[in-house]
Amino acid sequence: MADEDPAVRTVSTHCPYCALQCGTRLTDRSGAVAVRPSAFPVNAGGLCQKGWTAPALLDARDRLRTPLVRGPGGTLAPADWDTALDTVATRLRAIRAAHGADAAAVFGGGGLTNEKAYLLGKFARLALGTSQIDYNGRFCMSSAAAAGLAAFGTDRGLPFPVTDLAAADVVLLAGANPAETMPPLMRHLERPALVVIDPRRTATARRAALHLQPAPGTDLALALGLLHLAVTEGHCDEDHIGRRTTGFDAARRRAMAWWPERVERVTGVPAADQRAAIRLLGGARSAYVLTGRGAEQHSKGADTVAAFINLALALGLPGSPAGGYGCLTGQGNGQGGREHGQKADQLPGYRLITDPAARRHVAGVWGVPPDTLPGPGRSAYELLDALGRPEGPRALLVFGSNPVVSAPHAGHVTARLSALDLLVVADFVPSETARLADVVLPTTQWAEEEGTMTSLEGRVLRRRRLRPPPGGARSDLHVLHELAVRLGEPGHRYPTEPRRVFEELRRASRGGPADYSGITYERLDAGEALYWPCPDEADQDRPGRPHPGTPRLFLERFAHPDGRARFAEVEHRESAETPGGAYPLYATTGRVLAHYQSGAQTRRVPELHEAAPEAFAEMHPDTAARAGLGEGALARVSSPRGSMLARVRLVGSMRTDTVFLPFHFPGAGRANLITGTALDPRSRMPEFKVSTVRVEPAPDEVAGDAP
Amino acid sequence: MTRVLVVGNGPAAHRLTERLHHHGHRGRVTVLGAEPHPAYQRVLLPSVLAGGLPPEAVLLPPHPAGTRVLPGTTATGIDRRRRVVLASDGADHAYDTLVLATGAAPVIPAVPGLRAPGGQLARGVRTVRTLADTAALPSGRVVVLGGGVLGVETALALRAAGHAVALVHPHAHLAGHLLDPAAGRMLADRMTDLGVTLHLGVGAAEYVPGKLLLREGPPLPTDALLLCTGVAPVTGPARGCGLAVRTGVVVDDRLTTNDPRIHAIGDCAEHAGQVPGVLSAAWEQADVLARVLTGHDARHTPRGTAVRLRSADVDLLCVAPPPEAGGAADGGHTVTFSDPAGRRYARLHLREDRIASAVLLGLPRAIAAVGQLHDSGAPVPSDRLALLLGARPATRPAPAASADAVVCACNNVTGRTLLDAVAAGARDTAALARATRATTGCGTCLEPVRRLLAAATPAGAGGAG
Repeated sequence: MADEDPAVRTVSTHCPYCALQCGTRLTDRSGAVAVRPSAFPVNAGGLCQKGWTAPALLDARDRLRTPLVRGPGGTLAPADWDTALDTVATRLRAIRAAHGADAAAVFGGGGLTNEKAYLLGKFARLALGTSQIDYNGRFCMSSAAAAGLAAFGTDRGLPFPVTDLAAADVVLLAGANPAETMPPLMRHLERPALVVIDPRRTATARRAALHLQPAPGTDLALALGLLHLAVTEGHCDEDHIGRRTTGFDAARRRAMAWWPERVERVTGVPAADQRAAIRLLGGARSAYVLTGRGAEQHSKGADTVAAFINLALALGLPGSPAGGYGCLTGQGNGQGGREHGQKADQLPGYRLITDPAARRHVAGVWGVPPDTLPGPGRSAYELLDALGRPEGPRALLVFGSNPVVSAPHAGHVTARLSALDLLVVADFVPSETARLADVVLPTTQWAEEEGTMTSLEGRVLRRRRLRPPPGGARSDLHVLHELAVRLGEPGHRYPTEPRRVFEELRRASRGGPADYSGITYERLDAGEALYWPCPDEADQDRPGRPHPGTPRLFLERFAHPDGRARFAEVEHRESAETPGGAYPLYATTGRVLAHYQSGAQTRRVPELHEAAPEAFAEMHPDTAARAGLGEGALARVSSPRGSMLARVRLVGSMRTDTVFLPFHFPGAGRANLITGTALDPRSRMPEFKVSTVRVEPAPDEVAGDAP
Repeated sequence: MTRVLVVGNGPAAHRLTERLHHHGHRGRVTVLGAEPHPAYQRVLLPSVLAGGLPPEAVLLPPHPAGTRVLPGTTATGIDRRRRVVLASDGADHAYDTLVLATGAAPVIPAVPGLRAPGGQLARGVRTVRTLADTAALPSGRVVVLGGGVLGVETALALRAAGHAVALVHPHAHLAGHLLDPAAGRMLADRMTDLGVTLHLGVGAAEYVPGKLLLREGPPLPTDALLLCTGVAPVTGPARGCGLAVRTGVVVDDRLTTNDPRIHAIGDCAEHAGQVPGVLSAAWEQADVLARVLTGHDARHTPRGTAVRLRSADVDLLCVAPPPEAGGAADGGHTVTFSDPAGRRYARLHLREDRIASAVLLGLPRAIAAVGQLHDSGAPVPSDRLALLLGARPATRPAPAASADAVVCACNNVTGRTLLDAVAAGARDTAALARATRATTGCGTCLEPVRRLLAAATPAGAGGAG
């Protein structure tokens, strides 16, 4: 902040988008905001196009600046804050009086700051008294969270700093495409030989030493096969298995049925490539196994991740100083967002809402009797599916999410949202979901607010305010405070100052798996790199100094009571749908470099819109030719649930049985119009990555409206 | 509640009890296993024999909770009137539903000396069928008798483990029921490359301890003789009680014998005149029968058998047409590829662009792709050579030469944008990054950007950024 010019203001903060949370310095020169990457170790001076163009988001043409209330004529019209908040509170009270507390529901987001996520969970449980709260992170890394929790006793996306990856010999990426989804991560993957598992030859796969290209929905069989080969080719770390784990024999028995030639038939990955993969991994002095949405977004996502964790454990990686397993968390605060109580089954500090001790602790911090806290509610898709039904919620408050585009079976979800008595959306742009709302509350965004985010490596970071929000936009914390007071809550329970919320979050998380109690804004602002758990106690090695946080988990012990990691006995099973009959192809959804999540933000940035303006479908030239389609043609892609429109892109490296659809686009270009509702029995993750479809020519029109 | 009695405790029986459990079968399930061990994965026996796997590693998971398993209990007869199975434990085992999963037993060829006077195999001779066959081999020469799939797999596994291995096969080429002569010859060449000594077209004349006498040529020194001379369905109990038996126990599409209470699956069952003798068929039959027995409408419809050799050293796939399909003269066409020096061979018979039959050797990517195309019934890619070689076809012209090509994907920067920046004065990569953001994403375009800079600027003017 050396600049003396009072018209110039500079802050250090982080990118608004993905879980890498690249460090940036923002400069405001008389209203013109510029961004530069900082030397933050995760991005080491790098940024992708999304990060470079993020300032454009601050001045989005249709930025929400005033509350909107749907009038008697059915259109959203500007209103003042009191009118909007009174409308929400009055209608919420009426709905609760008529139908009970669970008739009001909350849907949060993995992009919300820790403070917002925490206060949102508290608001739902106390002010609304509802069990019905979940968030879009359920669609993100819930499978990895379920598997990681079962295996290690705690779930931190990467239990080691990102920078550790740079020294590895080999990194296995299962269903992750960081070269497009988080490009600066690739700076740490220059040295390691990459083994990439992806049905598509992605930008990441093109850089791999070995690309394994399984049929969609078969990663679990492939992971079992790799464990089989680790056993037969003698790469298991027997000492590590014996000292630090339990359950190997049962897991191995399942894997023994997956010999390479059988795996080849199920997955399409040549047996020789499987052997090459295990030789790379087994021969490495330092290796990491990382999963992404490609392995996780399945009705067997938790088991698939568990199978990759089994492989990592058998190789002796987790808990070693130069190896491990990790999940590449997607959303900006996908890690923190899953720790502080906006998930249906959780309380702050990554505590379980069904755990009596956890309820006592959190209720104590909140100053209420434990039995006033509701129990666990519906998971994200089940919640959306129940909206407006006789037994389901009749009012929904959405914070930082756009389920009309991002939820599976989007046409159905849109219909459920439309069946509500009251839909309230707090957002800073008029997202597709906001446009359906009865009341829209304009909120602040990244560079207009203070707070903390927890990145994919479990490091707590400060988000800092560069400039005030425009017009009537207010922070989500303010919205929650005002609504709570109108619902009869004491105002002091809902601080509007992020720092005060964080102080309370520290107390609420104290003693929990994700313990933030030793982290303060002061320590973060002094530049300390603090990874949770960071209890409020003295450093054991340096008396008088505070706990230094935990960059690397599991070095001494895993988080289960016996200190051991658990192998999982998992078996492959087919996806909910397999191609055949009227739907002979797989469709798999994913991301492109220029867009983030539902695209509500990035589609409003001109450079990004220009780079990826409309929905497209990647397919093999043979697949297109059989459907009577050529490059650039408009295709109708139909599943048993619905159809979407996409521009054909011919990609020779695609499997001939698979179509790829990015999900960032609105309207008729929504890939989620075709995705299904099968859920993972443990994580409740929907099966985004496997649907069955057919493709056919469509009358040419615009695929996906402009924002 | 239905009492299900399963005779046999191999992979088919194991799959059946798991699937019955999965489908919610509530009656008692009893399994009689002739061998003393728990169920195990038979196809892994060559790996155990070769020493790569300890025997306990091939044991299958326990049967579902509640399943009564009686190991070491051989069925000796079936009384269909009383609905009981008589067994070697002296007990009568009652059933409402009986499933025969008795598998197959090795065929011992009529070669003098293979059996000891008591009828058991002579010292130094063993089959490769049960866990008991996998005791450690003596050091020295191993001779495999029989060049079918099991013989080839066993010889390759033992050779890979360092044994001196000879394979004796009475026919002119290996696996003759699966391979055409050209493929058989190339497989033989490949095995020879790997150090397996082949004696093809030569029958065994007599075994005497220490050597195998052949019908021609000098005797083979033999410290262990492994009989891989085929198997025959175990049908004794079925025959004895009057069930229809041809090669195997005859079953219909619902895996039911001519007694509606009795079913047969796996290597002992004969369906539509076929005894496939492969694990995938046994599993599928178990899946179908579990559905039938739990009240679902399910039919066994075999899709032609694909045989994939299990070996780290030889990639081989044979896809035979299903029994009712026609021969080659059916309007389809055949794609062939032969590279004798590279030990690579392919013969694909295609009908309406689908795989009708195939033999592939030494083409690992094609084998993976064709196996899946056979299973899915999907059309094969139009570029047949790319399919065979596993090449990744390019469908767009390589863009590198064009100035409009994107050099930095992370920031969508084209070569033209970079050249414009050079023209405007950027002289190193740092300046180019400031002007265009190129190299600031994943960082891997740094080299191409340096090259572009070097080409676009006078010698020595920059590029050090």
